[in-house]
Amino acid sequence: MDLLEKLEILSDAAKYDAACTSSGVRRSSQPGKIGNTSSSIAGCCHSFSADGRCITLLKVLMTNCCVYDCKYCVNRRSNDTRRTAFSPRELAELTIGFYRRNYIEGLFLSSGVLRNPDYTTELMVRSLRLLRHEYGFNGYIHAKAIPGTSPELVQQLGLLADRLSVNIELPSEAGLQMLAPDKTKQAILRPMGLIRDQAANNKRELVKYKHAPSFAPAGQSTQLIVGATQDTDRHILQLTQSLYDKYRLKRVFYSAYVPVVEHSLLPSLDTQPPLLREHRLYQADWLLRFYGFRAEELLNDQQPDFNPLIDPKCNWAIGHLEQFPVEIMQADYEMLLRVPGIGPVSARRIVSARRTTNLRFEDLKKLGVVLKRAQYFITCSGRVRSGLQFSAATIARQLEAIEQKQLPHSQIAQLSLFDSVG
Amino acid sequence: MLSLYSVRTILTVPENARRVYRSILKVSPTAADMLRRCYLTCLDEKEMHMYRFIRKLYSCGNSFLKNQADDAYHPIAKAIRHMNGELEKLRGFVRFSDYNGTLGAEIEPKNRVLPLLRSHFCNRYANESLFIYDRTHGDLLLYTKGRSQILQVDSWQKALPGEEEIYYRALWKKFYETIAIKERYNPRCQNTFLPKRYRHNMTEFLPLEHENPAAITQDLQTALPKSSS
Repeated sequence: MDLLEKLEILSDAAKYDAACTSSGVRRSSQPGKIGNTSSSIAGCCHSFSADGRCITLLKVLMTNCCVYDCKYCVNRRSNDTRRTAFSPRELAELTIGFYRRNYIEGLFLSSGVLRNPDYTTELMVRSLRLLRHEYGFNGYIHAKAIPGTSPELVQQLGLLADRLSVNIELPSEAGLQMLAPDKTKQAILRPMGLIRDQAANNKRELVKYKHAPSFAPAGQSTQLIVGATQDTDRHILQLTQSLYDKYRLKRVFYSAYVPVVEHSLLPSLDTQPPLLREHRLYQADWLLRFYGFRAEELLNDQQPDFNPLIDPKCNWAIGHLEQFPVEIMQADYEMLLRVPGIGPVSARRIVSARRTTNLRFEDLKKLGVVLKRAQYFITCSGRVRSGLQFSAATIARQLEAIEQKQLPHSQIAQLSLFDSVG
Repeated sequence: MLSLYSVRTILTVPENARRVYRSILKVSPTAADMLRRCYLTCLDEKEMHMYRFIRKLYSCGNSFLKNQADDAYHPIAKAIRHMNGELEKLRGFVRFSDYNGTLGAEIEPKNRVLPLLRSHFCNRYANESLFIYDRTHGDLLLYTKGRSQILQVDSWQKALPGEEEIYYRALWKKFYETIAIKERYNPRCQNTFLPKRYRHNMTEFLPLEHENPAAITQDLQTALPKSSS
């Protein structure tokens, strides 16, 4: 099988993994090596595929052979599909060839389970060692740790990669048992705990010894599949919150379930991927990480799923109108962040600008505030925006109307967190 | 240019310009950096905006730099933000071709970003020799062995790619087409992040035959190695 065919099979098998970041490490070029890592806080997107998702890394499987039989996975043992594997040298040549041409920021290496988790991880370690040491690759590497791998191998992987991740995939133990019985909850959480502890140890070592080798400097992430099981948004969000709290993950990714397999335990083959639900989860995830929200504030027993008509932040604001209006000239940064239409950047600009001038609504627009949303929740020097008429009852409807324009008519669309509004 | 106002010609005196720049540096290094960047942007009538900015700097000091909404500050900040956006996109979208060991690329930016792209690529490919041609402004960046230079060129002819280059282009195109999930197909979202004007210089959007229509497929057959493990 030639390289072109292998690449097609092994990238086709890897595409359902949503992780695509290339940020979190600032490593300048080193003599004798090729490359550096992105110094931007958002990493570097090299291209965008036809589904609107960003391409930063060469995302491939080491091999799509697998001894496990997870029901939802296109690579499962019982699926009749062409199987192949990269040799370590093929993979290294491909990565370097693409990297030199600025096609990619680095490598994303996952794998099906060949023979057993340790054997597969050893293969991955061999490939990464070749890439790092013989080819002198200094760019970004994201490696997947396979559930059930022994600690020593996870350690070796972490010394070669910038980011490690273990995919939880199914948000509940019941879901795991039903759809992926080969992977136990313990087998998944154990390497995650190991990575967290190793990374913490490593930080302490680096304080003492400047040249201590780095262990996964860009941290850890994971992925949850949305829509393959009956789990509510609330359950998924609470799981996300505890993963951030307990395992100190950098990111949790959500992947809308795309039916590729016919099975009685899975949603039918003509189910549309729940893209809106995935979008709301990402919006909520942003609120957890950058806006100081907690999962319990956004969803609870009375509302276990996100409102499809309106984004989670507006939803929270409408449910807590007693906290508004917020006075722009006086409110602290944390309260400004809670206003729909104001994000960390515009909140910082407000705090900075109001020291020197009295801000008016026209100024707020220049500072990047989305007035279409924010105007219902703020006052400037005590005054509401002139000409604005609303009441507690009508706010929801007005915000829904704004959101309606952004949502596509059909549910099948990749939504952007950064769609501009007015 | 005809005008109802009387017109006076002012000659460029580099020494005076340096004095003004030094005095701006004293008031605020941030402002000086902003002015240098603003000059590279494609802002309409940028010279007048910069002039008003400098006048305000002299009369009010640097306090207005904290206020993004300020009338003199805002247009310059906005133009620089637009340029920074293009810069960030280009860092990812620049596509090099390997011409016998030298990496070469072409870009068509709206802003004059080559001086700002320089440090990124010269750092990343420190061991390589590379060039980047800016078609819009006629700039050419050259780098080799730790030294870089930007020249102005009048005409530009791209060399034809070799076999290995075509081979890697084919691999990248295959990867690009395969990685998309068909059930999530969304050209509108793709266009928001990757506007069409960047695609003229990006390998994945150009047909393999675009530079050498004759015998490209033949080259591809010979270029692809048989299975090697």
